[in-house]
Amino acid sequence: MFQSVQNDALTCWVLRAGAVISALVMLLILAFLLIESWPVLDQITPARFFTDTSWHPIEGTYNLTPMLSGTLLASMGALLLAIPLGITSALFIVFYAPTHLALPYKRMIELLAGIPSVVFGFWGLTTLVPLINQLHPPGASLLAAILVLTLMILPTITLTTYSALKAVPSEFLHNAAALGLSRWGMIHGIAFPAARSGIVAGVILAAGRAIGETMAVLMVAGNVVQHPEGLFDPIRTLAANIALEMAYAMGDHRAVLFVSGLLLMLLVMVLSAMASKIGKNQYA
Amino acid sequence: MNQTDNNRENPFTLGPLQMGPACCDPQPVIQVENLSLQYDGKTALDNVTLDIYRGCITALIGPSGCGKTSFLSAINRLTDLIPECKVQGCIRVDGRNIYEPTHNVQALRRQIGMVFQKPTPFPLSIRRNITLPLREHGITQRTQVETITEQVLSDVGLWDEVCDRLDTAALSLSGGQQQRLCIARALALNPQILLMDEPCSALDPIASGVVEDLICRLRGRYTIVIVTHNLAQARRIANYAAFFWVKERAGQLVEFGRCQHIFESPTHELTAAYVNGARG
Amino acid sequence: MLEVTTINKWPHYRDRFVQLVIYLLVFLVSAVFAWILFDLARGGLTHLSWEFLIESPRDAGRAGGIGSVLVSTLLILLVALTAALPLAWTTAALLAEYVPTTSQFGVTVRFSLQVLAGVPSIVFGLFGNAFFSVYLGLGFSILSGGLTLACMLLPILVSTAEAGLRAVPQSYRLSAAALGMSRTATLFHLLLPVAAPTLAAGLLLGIGRAIAETAALLFTSGYVDRMPGSLLDSGRALALHIFDLSMNVPGGDTPAYASALVLVVLLLCINMLAMKLAYGLQRRKIMTT
Repeated sequence: MFQSVQNDALTCWVLRAGAVISALVMLLILAFLLIESWPVLDQITPARFFTDTSWHPIEGTYNLTPMLSGTLLASMGALLLAIPLGITSALFIVFYAPTHLALPYKRMIELLAGIPSVVFGFWGLTTLVPLINQLHPPGASLLAAILVLTLMILPTITLTTYSALKAVPSEFLHNAAALGLSRWGMIHGIAFPAARSGIVAGVILAAGRAIGETMAVLMVAGNVVQHPEGLFDPIRTLAANIALEMAYAMGDHRAVLFVSGLLLMLLVMVLSAMASKIGKNQYA
Repeated sequence: MNQTDNNRENPFTLGPLQMGPACCDPQPVIQVENLSLQYDGKTALDNVTLDIYRGCITALIGPSGCGKTSFLSAINRLTDLIPECKVQGCIRVDGRNIYEPTHNVQALRRQIGMVFQKPTPFPLSIRRNITLPLREHGITQRTQVETITEQVLSDVGLWDEVCDRLDTAALSLSGGQQQRLCIARALALNPQILLMDEPCSALDPIASGVVEDLICRLRGRYTIVIVTHNLAQARRIANYAAFFWVKERAGQLVEFGRCQHIFESPTHELTAAYVNGARG
Repeated sequence: MLEVTTINKWPHYRDRFVQLVIYLLVFLVSAVFAWILFDLARGGLTHLSWEFLIESPRDAGRAGGIGSVLVSTLLILLVALTAALPLAWTTAALLAEYVPTTSQFGVTVRFSLQVLAGVPSIVFGLFGNAFFSVYLGLGFSILSGGLTLACMLLPILVSTAEAGLRAVPQSYRLSAAALGMSRTATLFHLLLPVAAPTLAAGLLLGIGRAIAETAALLFTSGYVDRMPGSLLDSGRALALHIFDLSMNVPGGDTPAYASALVLVVLLLCINMLAMKLAYGLQRRKIMTT
């Protein structure tokens, strides 16, 4: 008898140890990013990442703004396309699809979410880039990055919107229908307001994914360090920059790459904190 | 289905008090003193003092939300599992305060079986439902486990129905069978006391009758505390009855006494109104 | 009278219009999905053969197959799961069964895992390179790649396992406690078996994530495409192979198509199996209630 009580205490401690280690992984990652970027953070004022003349890390100029603008433009463009597509997809599953189509379509979106980024990148490289090239060379461009990113974050937006819409109590909808509201009137007037915070949280999560995405963008965006002037100009994102230069970076250059990694991580942390805060207010 | 029970020739008369040997000489086995219970600071049960007698069936009656289930959970310390639940006062089982820190909870729960409102067989095989708790309590010898399994399944009248499919899923049984399996599972640990939380209310009338017969047959061997909303049932099976009522949002014990007394000549006017169907 | 009917008609037309737009956009999404699959199949099927699956790549991948790449992928996956599963499942059991949802400890652990879930994979790559490859001296190896992936998989494994344990009805816990079973025994003999389908679904999702991953492996497990001799050898994962063939090897498109096809088919199978498990669980829950 007493042995099993002791067992319980033992189990609890083993589980606790596991959980502590899991939680420490996060701190370990932060710590190592900080340690590795310290040589640069210690010597260089952060303002130089914005005011240096150009990105020539070997010569000691570290202007990150072209990469920042590339990242933000690509992510915003992708969100602009993916939000309407994702929300209509979720509406289709919840309200419009005939029963035999709703589940297959949802499954398809879930499978789309499982396709690796490198495959999206490869498909973009072999199919989209030549198409865009015919339209306006060189093909590898901001537009290609936006299109590929759209495909990648579409499932995130669809699935979070779907669960937010599903969580709207059905009595609301029954009552709305009983009042003679049209289907769109019901969605627009009842379902959207009730599901709003869930949808917004999903969009923020998707934004985080878009900002952090590396491989797909790296393969289609052209990777020229510049402020793009149009949709057809090549760009380089922060994440792609790390992947491209890490292989040969030494000393301060390597540290700067870790700084940009730290920057990415902080951006995503802020976004996910926002998403969870908004998601908590969701109508339950 | 028609187990006749010699203890129960005429179920509609009162006065089965003399049946079980232990009931002739009532000794308290559970003594509840000044029990109060709070969930999250809100009082669910206020200052209840009550004795439960050995070998008898005690029915707890009263409207919903008056703390009957909380009272049951306090007896086998299931309240420990509910966060933010605070218990004050003292419950003695066989003279020992079960809320002493040194009291072994698992031994206590082995001594006190419990059956819930909704049948809750584990999603395992029928056999494993009974052997799992046995093994947990150190009864691992195969022949012994098998004897006990057959014994308790026979006790609840389930053996003939399931003996050829002990390894099928317990969830494939009907509702009444599931509930009897849960009783058998509790009996397998050879408890002294059985707590039953509306064991018939989730069942259809026929299954409910079978379970009720079973409870009557267990009288004497076990001390039974049963919560029921079915007053006719309480009247049919119980030796003692305790009437709970909600006052100022907290459950309180209004009256406790022999079943006949509570149902025919209650002292308290609330009790009279409730058992006659005027209130609650 | 006429006016009233025209006003009533407006929502009807609007409904029709919205429906049309939604059907069109859904068709567009489905068409793009089909287009991707069709492209991959057209480009890769001709090159796909049994030899392609078992041979090692030659001439930087232009010839030969992906045998050694598959072995490396499998080894990286095994290392990742061996490291991540025990941690993830103990954490999930603790969060779901042993600490109240509102406790400071639970909230801290959950928050840290939530942040971890949002960290971009390239950042995991940076960390893995700095910690496992350089600081621990594992170099570019399957071991450091696998351990980096383990960190990445932790959040998804924990959240699925925790959800699975929480979905077990409370009545089972109460009944088990009423039978005097200890919490440990309840966990091992009752809750974990009942939650097994969700645990398996989470495991499969984790596997899917792991073999889809590229960026985190770029600077941890490395590029070497020969058959790995030990866990300390560098090994090229399948996703990385596709990246390398399409970006760095002129004329590597056909084997890249075939590799991408293999990867996508593998992932579709794993994810469908995971969905089936999760769906089966839902159905069973409906049956028992």
